[in-house]
This record gives sequence, structure tokens and C-alpha cells, in this order.
Amino acid sequence: MENIKATRRDFLKTTGLTSFGLALGISSFAKDAVVKKINPAIIKLEINPFIIIDTAGNITIVNPRPDMGQGSTQAVPSLLAEELEISLEQVKIVQSDGKDKYGNQTSGGSSSVRSLWEPIRKAGAAAREMLTESAAKRWNVPVIECYAKDGTIVHKPTGRSLSYGELADDASKLEIPKNPKLKDPKDFKIIGKYNKRLDVPERVNGKAVYGIDVDVPGMVYASILHSPSLHGKVVSIDDAEAKKIKGVLKVVKTERTMPHRTSEAVAVIATNWWAALKGKKALKVNWDNADYEKTLSTEKYFAEAHAAATKEGINFEEKGDFSAKYNSAGKKLEASYETPFLAHAPIEPENAVVHVKEDGTVEIWAPIQGPDWALRDVCAYLKVAPEKVKINVTLLGGAFGRKAYHDFLLEACHLSRELKKPVKVIWTREDDITQGPYRPGMVSHMQGFVENGAIAGYHHHAIGESILGQVFKGLKSDEADPWLSEEISTNNNKYNFATASKVSWTNVKTDIPIVWWRSVYASNFGWGQECFIDELAHLAGKDPMKARMELVKDDRFKKVLETLAEKSAWGEKLAEGQGKGIAVFKSFDSISATCITVTKKDQGVTIDKVISVIDCGYYVNPDNVKAQTEGNIVMGLTAAIKDGITFTNGVCDQSNYHQYNIMRLNETPKMEIYIVDSGANPGGVGEPGLPPIAPALGNAIFAATGKRMRKLPLDINNLA
Amino acid sequence: MAIFNLTVNNKKVKVDVEPDMPLLWVVRDFVDLKGTKFGCGMTLCGACTIHLDGQPTRSCQTPVSSVGKNTKITTIEGIGNGKLHAIQQAWIEEQVPQCGYCQSGQIMSAVALLKSNPSPSDQDIDSAMSGNLCRCGTYDRIRKAIHRAADTIKVSEKGIGKN
Repeated sequence: MENIKATRRDFLKTTGLTSFGLALGISSFAKDAVVKKINPAIIKLEINPFIIIDTAGNITIVNPRPDMGQGSTQAVPSLLAEELEISLEQVKIVQSDGKDKYGNQTSGGSSSVRSLWEPIRKAGAAAREMLTESAAKRWNVPVIECYAKDGTIVHKPTGRSLSYGELADDASKLEIPKNPKLKDPKDFKIIGKYNKRLDVPERVNGKAVYGIDVDVPGMVYASILHSPSLHGKVVSIDDAEAKKIKGVLKVVKTERTMPHRTSEAVAVIATNWWAALKGKKALKVNWDNADYEKTLSTEKYFAEAHAAATKEGINFEEKGDFSAKYNSAGKKLEASYETPFLAHAPIEPENAVVHVKEDGTVEIWAPIQGPDWALRDVCAYLKVAPEKVKINVTLLGGAFGRKAYHDFLLEACHLSRELKKPVKVIWTREDDITQGPYRPGMVSHMQGFVENGAIAGYHHHAIGESILGQVFKGLKSDEADPWLSEEISTNNNKYNFATASKVSWTNVKTDIPIVWWRSVYASNFGWGQECFIDELAHLAGKDPMKARMELVKDDRFKKVLETLAEKSAWGEKLAEGQGKGIAVFKSFDSISATCITVTKKDQGVTIDKVISVIDCGYYVNPDNVKAQTEGNIVMGLTAAIKDGITFTNGVCDQSNYHQYNIMRLNETPKMEIYIVDSGANPGGVGEPGLPPIAPALGNAIFAATGKRMRKLPLDINNLA
Repeated sequence: MAIFNLTVNNKKVKVDVEPDMPLLWVVRDFVDLKGTKFGCGMTLCGACTIHLDGQPTRSCQTPVSSVGKNTKITTIEGIGNGKLHAIQQAWIEEQVPQCGYCQSGQIMSAVALLKSNPSPSDQDIDSAMSGNLCRCGTYDRIRKAIHRAADTIKVSEKGIGKN
């Protein structure tokens, strides 16, 4: 991965929008127009990189964002189809291959619709204008008399029409319009409307092809024994038993390449994956674990983090002299909140098929979140030019950030290069859970005070390992990590503390590999922020909803909170033993708030109901916004009440779903989702629903039991 | 290696594999039916659920040698007999899948549930479906889709308009 020294937002701008501008830059449309003869009768025309129309009338839209379940296969092509005046039923959608002309192609940061909102619509509008002009020329009529409708250009006065296929050849010869006119949102036919996802049928009949389903001729299978302590070195390999297993072809020393380290590993190659797995289990490998027994420990990590809590961190922002004001305050509070390391644990484990061919070309089939990144990583690793590499992105059986980390892909590259054959690597669930990368565990040290009955001072000290630092080697030692600090800043949460406020950061390093996990740091720091606001509200003697309404200086936040208050019947009398808690968090340009109701039961609580409200600005499909928010409720609750990842003496303590539990259907509470239509520019949809879940639960538990929970995960059956 | 004669989705197939190979890998890599998924290998997640004589079974821990040649093996590809099963139709109507990877297993469990219990309560659904994990978190829609499918099957059995 690249060495990036920029904020995440800048990063998206530079690798995303700028290069996107180049690919789609209006003047480059014409240069990019490609004419391919697929047979003598049919000419395939690429009007711009995202639209291919052939003279037989087939229309293909290229989706530049891999679909891991978040619905990008529908969302992004819908933006284009809306402007092109065509329905998705009329087109074929294919996935982009990582090449530069498609710009940023990474599904992550809930960025697909919000970053492509304008450029992809412009691509569609430009094509529509070129097709319209071609028809007008053909008929020798003014352009203004022609309009696009359902894949045809219609001449209004006469009613005659020509299909896009009939016009594609002419259109591809035209200049690209400099400023194609985008549709008025009130004329949208697809965007903002309920439409069934056209990829759902293949996801219910067994026909959908995920990475793990790819077979190529001549392929061999690999199962890889990774270092139990993540970074150990292979001292010796006894493969006698492994080689006796029928189907096992070879045992190869290999490597796992992570951004911050490369670790040694041993691969068993076989004619089928079951044989490879049996071979792996029969291997006897001696590892030199160096000092990792001592250094790889989550207990040690959190001890360091808590020790840092009361020391000064690096300031990201400060208003007033917080420390002085805090020291002299009469009514004040101080508390530390903790969130664990978490595995992504998508049900489809990491896998890839790679063929490093004898002619120097490389072909890849893999469930990856970012083919553009993968292309850069593969080219750097194998030392090949991008034009020699063909990436086929398959469907992803879940990812949540995990499949933007290419260790498993580079393993397959290494093995295919060594074996000179196509190789399919499949990780076991144990590989997935014991090896990471993980969401980093984090500590929030909170301080606050109350003046004249109002919350007047607030300090969030964020402590832990940095993704920018470990994965991108881009964190300066004297700067507050900008990716996470911005998320917890008062600029983001819109809380206005009258007297003083501060956001600070301390980096605690670890060798445990980390990466983005659904909603990233918001999933960690929402817990500290929103539970502590609740604590301060109680200190001020205020209702938690009212306290937030008073603090927050933003109309969209207020509207979301008002909607939540209404839908949750906030303030109405509760049954005996019941409690309600709320939380609100803005992430990826969307505001999400949640109310959870719990009932006291023995030493714990049961979760009765979850209500979430989201303002994500313009959206493509309201049903998908709801689906993603439902998913965030389940994943957020799992993070709050199921297992964390821990390392003891250098080894992960969890290995499979019996120790790293995922919420099950019988544990899933009733849920309701409401969308606030703000008409703002699109925000994210895939992640923003998650951050308020855990704190809403923590606050509900406090309301029902009087117990203030500060460390996740919670055992809700037995609250300490 | 040994030869096994199997009946998969009403078709006779012959495979030459190790006797301890789980049915999951036999079906996926030797019968080339990829709809059945690998998730955990320990019967914890249910992604590999198939039917043996109509009974939902975790294929990741079912050795091929334990399956008789007359045992009817049904996978997601065979559940609808060439059409969409009412459960699959309900899954589309409710837009259940997100990534969809676990849904083959979910659907196999749901089909078996409705066969034994045409009018399941929420509690019945809880106990029949809690062995199937979904990391995307589609459980609420799974519940709704099972109720919808149950209603659809009842209506079609009664015949619309007969009441």
C-alpha cells in the first residue's frame, strides 16, 4: 500500500476524485472513446469508461465499486442510468478491473454514492446529450425537439425514435459536452425510489459467484499454516505426514505480506482444498516466536493505554483553557471508556485465485474491496506493469473492511509465482479470526464539567493504535491522528460547550495488525462520547435528550433527534424495570441516532427494541438505506455484547465462531428504521448506522439499572 | 480414494474422493454445485446447510462415507425443482440478502422449517433459524420473509378465492 501523509478526507480526494477527474475529465471522453469490433456486424463503443453501447443495442454499465452486500451494484449504476434515461433492467452491469481510467474503485468509507454522486451522473448526462445530438443530426432537426426516453431518443413533434444502439456509432464521434446538464432532482425516476435490487435473485438460488466459487483450469489449492504468534519465523518444517495425504502435491515455505510486516508461513498445495487442509493439520513446524509471547498482548496494550489516559495527549482542538477550567470546576466528572479489538469475520473467509503466467501476465479472481489498490499492491509485489495484470472482482461474501487488506491475495501471488500454476488460496475461519487484521481496541478518557445546570466543559482524549500510522506509515509523532480526531471533534459532533472543550490523542503502538472495520473509529469512539454525554446530562440533572438538543448547534442533528424522540415516544412512562437510552453520531457525512429500550432481568437486561433514525442526504434506494441500517444494528449490538479479540502470550485467544460469537436470529430485537429526508448532498449509508448502537445500549442499561457500563463488550446477562 | 454413488438434487452422481471428505467439499468441488458455502468448518455458522432426505444438515462435518447411496441430497440449486421455491420468492420480495453468502444455508433451514411447520410462530422461527449466522445482519428480514412464504404457501394450497 502507498505511503500516505494526508488526512483521510484528503486521501479520498487525491486518490479518488482527482484521478477520477482525469478518467472522466470531459476533454478525455473523446480520447477515451474506444471502438472495438467484436464481430464484423457489431461494433462496441465506449462513450466514456462507464458506458459501453454496441450497435446491436446492448448497453453495459461499469460499476467501479465492488459489492460486498452494501448494494453498490444497484446504487452506482442507478446514478448513471438516471441521467442516461434508461432502466437498470435494460443494461448489463459489470465490475471495473482496477485500471486507472475508472478512478478510485475502493468500496470503503461509505463513499460510493457520496463521491460518485456528481461525476457518474455527469458521465450519464454527457452520453445522453451526445446521443440526443446524434439523433437530431440524423433527422436534421433542432436538438431541442429531441429527448431521451427508455434507451431511445424521441423526436417530439413526429414521435419517431432511434435506439441508443442505432446512435452509438455517431455519438462516439462527437465532442464530449463540457458541462452536461444534470436532471433536476424532482424529475428523478430511479434515485430516491424503492427499487428491488436486481442482483438479489442470484443471491437466493446459489448462482452468485463469490471469490471462493472461482475455478480455473489447471488450478491447485492451498491451505496456509500461519505463525501462531503472527510474526514468528519458521525454524524447521516436518512435512512427512502431510505428504502422505492423498491429493497433497507439495509443501512450500511462503510469506504473508502485511503493510507493516511480512511474516513467514507454510503452504500445503493439493489437488483439492480438503486435502490441503488435512495436510496443513498434519504439518509439524517449529517457530521462533522471538519476543512476541511478551509483546503481543491485549492486556499489556490496554494497560499502556489506561496509563496514558491521565497524561497530556497531543491536542487536535481546544477551546478555552480546558485544564484550568476543569481543575477549578465544582461539578465535574472523569471516566475511561474502552472498546476491544474486533475481527471482521465475514462469513466468506479470505480467498483468492491468482495465475502468474509464463508470458509474464497475471490474472486474478478475488473478492476484494478495491481493485485499484489491489492492482497497485500486486504490481509492487510481483514487480509487473499494470497493463500485464487482469483483475476480475467477484462478489464479496461480506468484507466490512477486511477485504481491502491484501495479505491473502499476495499469498496467492507468491504461491502462483513459485508453482507456475493458478493457485486458489482459501483461509480457514481460524486463519481469519487468529490472524487479523482487526479493528483496533481503543480507550476514550473523558472529562467534563457542569456550570449553572448546563454541560459546559468536555474533553475527549482518544488513545490507541493508529491505522494511518500502522497501515500507511503516515502518522507524524507530533500530530493528533487526523482521521479519528476529526470524527470526535466538535466540528463533527456539533456540540457547543460554552466554557471549554478539548480533543486530544495519544498513540499506543502494537504489532497486532489493524485495519478499517465497519464505521472505523466511530465504532470505538461513539461509545465514549455518547455515554459520557449521558453521564454529564445526569450530572446536570437534565434529561439526556434535552441535554443533547441544548448542546447541539446544527439543524440536521436537531431534526434527527426530534424524529427519534417522536418515534421512540421519548419521555412517555415506561414499564417497571424498563429503561431507554439514546445516542447520536455523525460519520461519513450522515447523522444517525438510536434509541434502545431494555428491561431489567435478574442480574442483567433484555433488549426489547431498537429504533434508528438516519439523515444521509440524498440516497438511491430507501429500502437499501433501511437494510444497511438494520445490518448496522445487528453488527453494532454484536460489537457491544458479544466477544472481543484478545491476545495472551502472543496468541489470539479466539479461533472460531464458538469463541468469537456473532449475534444470532433469536437474539435479534425488534427494530424500526426511519429516514429523515434533508435533501443534503449524499452521505454514507453502509456504516453510519453503527456508531450510536453501543452507547444507546449503555445508556439504556443505566436508565434501567443505574449501572454505568464503560468497558465493551458487555455481558448483558450479568452486568457487573 | 474411493468411489461413492450419490443422489444429488434427484440426479445420480459418482465421485472418487477420500471417505472422510465432508459432503460440503464433495458437492462444491466434485459435483460442481457451488451454492453451498464454507463458513466455519465446525457446524457453527450454518452456511453449508443442505438437506439429507429433507433434514437440514451441516455438510461441513458430514463425511461422504456416512451418506448412503439412496439418501436424497438436496442443495440450494435443487430446492425449487427448476423454479423458485416460495421461500426464495419471499426472500426476493423482502429483499433479504445483502452479501447473500449465508443465504443458501438460511434458505435451506427455512425450507425445512416450513415443511415440518407450515405456520411457524416467531419463537418457532427463532429455534429453527438460530444455527445460521448472518454477519450482514439480515435477521429481521429473514423473519418477515418466512412469515410471508408461509402465507403464500397457505394461499396457494387453499387456492385463491376458494376460502
